Amino acid sequence: MIADRHRHLLLWAAAALVMVALPLVFSSGASITMMSLMGFAIIFALSYNMLLGQTGMLSFGHAVYYGLGGFLTAHALNVIGSGKWPVPLPVLPLVGGLAGLSFAIIFGWVSTKRAGTAFAMISLGIGELVAACSLILRGFFGGEGGISTSRTSTLRLFGISFGPQIQVYYLIAAWCLLCMAAMYAFTRTPLGRMCNAVRENPERAEFIGYSTQMVRFIAFCASGFFAGVAGGLAAIHYEIVTSSIVGAVPSGYVLLMAYIGGVAFFIGPIIGAVLMTALQISLSDYTGAWSLYVGLMFVVVVMYAPWGLGGLLLMHQPLLAAGLLKRIGPAYARAAPPVVMLAAAVVLLVETAHHLLVKAVEGSAMRVFWVSYDAKSPLVWGLIVLLFGAGIWALRRVMPGVSDAYHAAAQEAQRLRSR
Amino acid sequence: MLELIIFSSLNGLLYGMLLFLLASGLTLIFSMMGVLNFAHASFYMLGAYFGFQISVYVGYWPGLVLAPLLVGVIGALVERYGLRRVHKHGHVAELLFTFGLAFIIEELVQMIWGRIPVDYRVPELLNFSAFTLFATTYPAFRMFMLLMSVAVFIGLLLLLTRTRVGLIIRAALAHPNMVGALGHNVPLVFMLVFGVGCGLAALAGVIAGPALVTQPAMAASLGPILFVVVVVGGLGSLQGAFVASLLIGMIQTFAVALNVSLADVLARFGFTVTRESMGGDLWMATVAQVAPIIPYLLLVLILIFRPKGLMGDRDT
Amino acid sequence: MKHVRRIHAWAAAFALTMASVAVQAQIKIAYIDPLSGGAATIGEHGLKHLNFLVEGINARGGVLGGQKLEAVAYDNKGSPQESLVQVQKAIDAGVRFMTQGNGSGAAIAISEFVSKYNERNPGKEVLFFNYAAVDPVLTNDKCSFWHFRWDANSDIKMAALTNFMTDKKDIKKVYIIGQDYSFGHAVRGAANSMLKAKRPDVQIVGDELHPLLKITDFAPYIAKIKASGADSVITGNWGNDMSLLLKAAADSGLQVNWYTYYAGGAGGPTAIKQTGLDHRVYQISEWHTNVPSSEMEAFADSFLKKYGGASGQGWWYLRMKNQMDMFADALNKAKSAEPKKVAAALADMKYKNSIGGETFMRASDHSLFQDMYISSFGAGTKYDEEKTGWGWKTVGVIKAQDTVIPTTCKMNVPS
Repeated sequence: MIADRHRHLLLWAAAALVMVALPLVFSSGASITMMSLMGFAIIFALSYNMLLGQTGMLSFGHAVYYGLGGFLTAHALNVIGSGKWPVPLPVLPLVGGLAGLSFAIIFGWVSTKRAGTAFAMISLGIGELVAACSLILRGFFGGEGGISTSRTSTLRLFGISFGPQIQVYYLIAAWCLLCMAAMYAFTRTPLGRMCNAVRENPERAEFIGYSTQMVRFIAFCASGFFAGVAGGLAAIHYEIVTSSIVGAVPSGYVLLMAYIGGVAFFIGPIIGAVLMTALQISLSDYTGAWSLYVGLMFVVVVMYAPWGLGGLLLMHQPLLAAGLLKRIGPAYARAAPPVVMLAAAVVLLVETAHHLLVKAVEGSAMRVFWVSYDAKSPLVWGLIVLLFGAGIWALRRVMPGVSDAYHAAAQEAQRLRSR
Repeated sequence: MLELIIFSSLNGLLYGMLLFLLASGLTLIFSMMGVLNFAHASFYMLGAYFGFQISVYVGYWPGLVLAPLLVGVIGALVERYGLRRVHKHGHVAELLFTFGLAFIIEELVQMIWGRIPVDYRVPELLNFSAFTLFATTYPAFRMFMLLMSVAVFIGLLLLLTRTRVGLIIRAALAHPNMVGALGHNVPLVFMLVFGVGCGLAALAGVIAGPALVTQPAMAASLGPILFVVVVVGGLGSLQGAFVASLLIGMIQTFAVALNVSLADVLARFGFTVTRESMGGDLWMATVAQVAPIIPYLLLVLILIFRPKGLMGDRDT
Repeated sequence: MKHVRRIHAWAAAFALTMASVAVQAQIKIAYIDPLSGGAATIGEHGLKHLNFLVEGINARGGVLGGQKLEAVAYDNKGSPQESLVQVQKAIDAGVRFMTQGNGSGAAIAISEFVSKYNERNPGKEVLFFNYAAVDPVLTNDKCSFWHFRWDANSDIKMAALTNFMTDKKDIKKVYIIGQDYSFGHAVRGAANSMLKAKRPDVQIVGDELHPLLKITDFAPYIAKIKASGADSVITGNWGNDMSLLLKAAADSGLQVNWYTYYAGGAGGPTAIKQTGLDHRVYQISEWHTNVPSSEMEAFADSFLKKYGGASGQGWWYLRMKNQMDMFADALNKAKSAEPKKVAAALADMKYKNSIGGETFMRASDHSLFQDMYISSFGAGTKYDEEKTGWGWKTVGVIKAQDTVIPTTCKMNVPS
């Protein structure tokens, strides 16, 4: 038991260390911007998972609390700046959190009356409602131009103005660590466990005396609080908040992030947030079709790996602990070529099609990875068909073997542990 | 004034019927499989784009038949190889699958046809004014849209109430297991219904494409309203979807025509309210500006107080 | 230059090691405008303008004794927030000159961001060239040393239009319709006050704002205009909002005069032809294709041939040509690509543009003043638009010095 607790603390300390050290390794402006974005994306995705993964509530309007937190933080910043109140910047995300909490209490009471699809629809309706209100309440939402603010206008402690991006990164990283710890702690409380129970079997939960609506409501409020904190950090980072932040697009993105990462594990949304942000920023430099890749990845995860990438990784953790990773090596190695072939086929197809359709003015010469070729040549299309066919055929043959190897190793690991 | 009312009614009716074309397919799918097809508006968009592409090669009229067929087939394939596989992972997974599908379709459309609107023209045969009332003309194409929508409604109603296939579908809607036990191929029925639902959406796209702008954002702009219609109308009820579509179509069109705000009403009673007063924005907001919110308000209220919808017979 | 957005893995590594050489070889200018959504047609066409201009400058030997310019495109989706994301990306990619024009909301966001960034990162400043966002506030209360505007602001345009309307006695009832954002508000405010001052006899029968770039069916709005009995409509609408408004007018047979800023934008001429309103649609602009000038006519013709495409959309932004030519001149005059020095060179530059007009940049607010043309669209012109057979005809000219209006700008000029 003591070893376990020490291990947990070590993990958190390691995470903190990584966050502090990252800018030293990746020091370019673009990297620091990207890491700042990842920071509040992680908080946002984790808050979303408090609803989806923990309590089984699928929401299509979570960006409402994120966005409203952002707006109130921006307004607070403006008030503090113009009134010269002695409030330092690091406290501001709390304003966002409290805003998110307040709105979650108001909307949550109404939303959590229902569960399942009805809840999803209500969340969609409320999301669209708030987004549509943005054009009416111009004073609060700032109309089309949004609300702009300046993060250097607050009380400066130790001479830190938060003008340079690196300082903003450390602020975001600190809040990220705090929120991660808080949300993790939430999952370990009895309330967190009750959320899981309500997700699994609401009727049973009612039988043992808990009001499912109350449990859902509290989870909703907590989730709204952390979403508001993320929104506040976003407002500080961008120094502008527009009404698009409460709309369907960020709501959709956080769902994608959480699900691709894996909703069943705490670390899933973290992986999802990091991956999606990295893809959004860097992949768009390599290919104009990056959005399509994200969509394809999402559908593949939904269809074949509903436990997400995080789940896929964590599935192998017992094997790692028992030292049995080598056992699945050969089977996985056999599965690698078909997967690579299929991936190559998809990339070739999407890139070639994209080039022909979207970049027609540039002629038909193009390059993917390190190879240049002519987009219109029949050889390429033949290759694509071949890769697809061969990849699917080979994958079908190899997959049962992979599955067997994994299960055998898992069983062995189980046996070793219980010995 | 009378002119405004007449034309707003016509436009409202038209918009409502368009919504119904879309909502009919969605209602069937939703009621049958319990899955909200997020990609339904995307199939509508696909129908418009396919119709456009066909009209470039052979003209508008073949597109009216071919595009819904093509999209229907695509829909059936999506059900067979996509949705069915995801079914075993639960309702949430099905919803998410259709969500991802909508995302992918939008990206593909942007890639293939570009991000700017395409020039989907009204066919020459219908490119004239149907009638002139109070010096305002009403395009014949809009009358055509109206007629087509009514025809589809009647056809659908007849199909469901008077044919054997319709009987099986309605039975599968209510008691799929029993219908399966009776020896009908329920998965096949599901596939057909999904395909027909998508085909209906595509038909709406072919009809609406030339009148409304055919662009990649057309799915996202119509999507949420569609869900409002289906839920407000009630599940398993085509008549409910019809009523809800007309209601929302009329409300939206009439609301735009009204420039009255609460401030104006208060002024009549002698209270002056401006933008600077407390809650200024709310008083100054005209009905026209509030119009986009009304359907969502309706949705939330119905879901809280009457989850069956207006005419549904099943709880959400 | 093609808009280069592909940086492949090995190319990136190579570029990193050859960083210093890369920076000197090409001076990048980022184009941050909507390439998707309701203004995509305008944004894409503007990008073609920029590419054509950059190609021309490079073909004539580039700047600073041989360095080439490069245009890099970023899609801001019309959103102010997304614009900032893209500006940050551009800055991270080594770009120090940004240009944008479609949407004053985005322009204000970019201008404020650039000011903050330059203040916090001395030595790494960037400049913002605004070629079309005309909200007056950008050169008044929110002016900035780092922002330059090449188009007459909305108040100047409205003053010119209302002056033109002063003598038109057939105008009795005016309907004002616009987009619900800062620019639309500015147009509506100026229209109301200036009409009241110059034509107190005219009745303003409607004053309407609609959501920006969201409406696909303007029939209800046309119905309202009809019901009001207006004989003239004033609007600053652009993008889809202009072309669809005109299309709805055509569909319902609305017979009014249109006083606009941007009826000539992509899709506009086609819609006007549909309405059948011959020489009843007016616009105010710094140029149109039928302004006589052999140099500009040849230039516009070569652009149409290369980039006109199936729709036949020709050259539209003389102001962008002014911008890029003056930018090249400023680079050469400052003998450096350092934004601070380029800004100093631009601040009070006088420039004779391609139609022989004398233009000048006012140092106090960084606005360029130029001749303004009021034109009407109809039959019987030398050049037509978008293959409709109709073109623009000048009905009034305002000389540059007559367009000057005072400014409240108090700029922080850096040392």
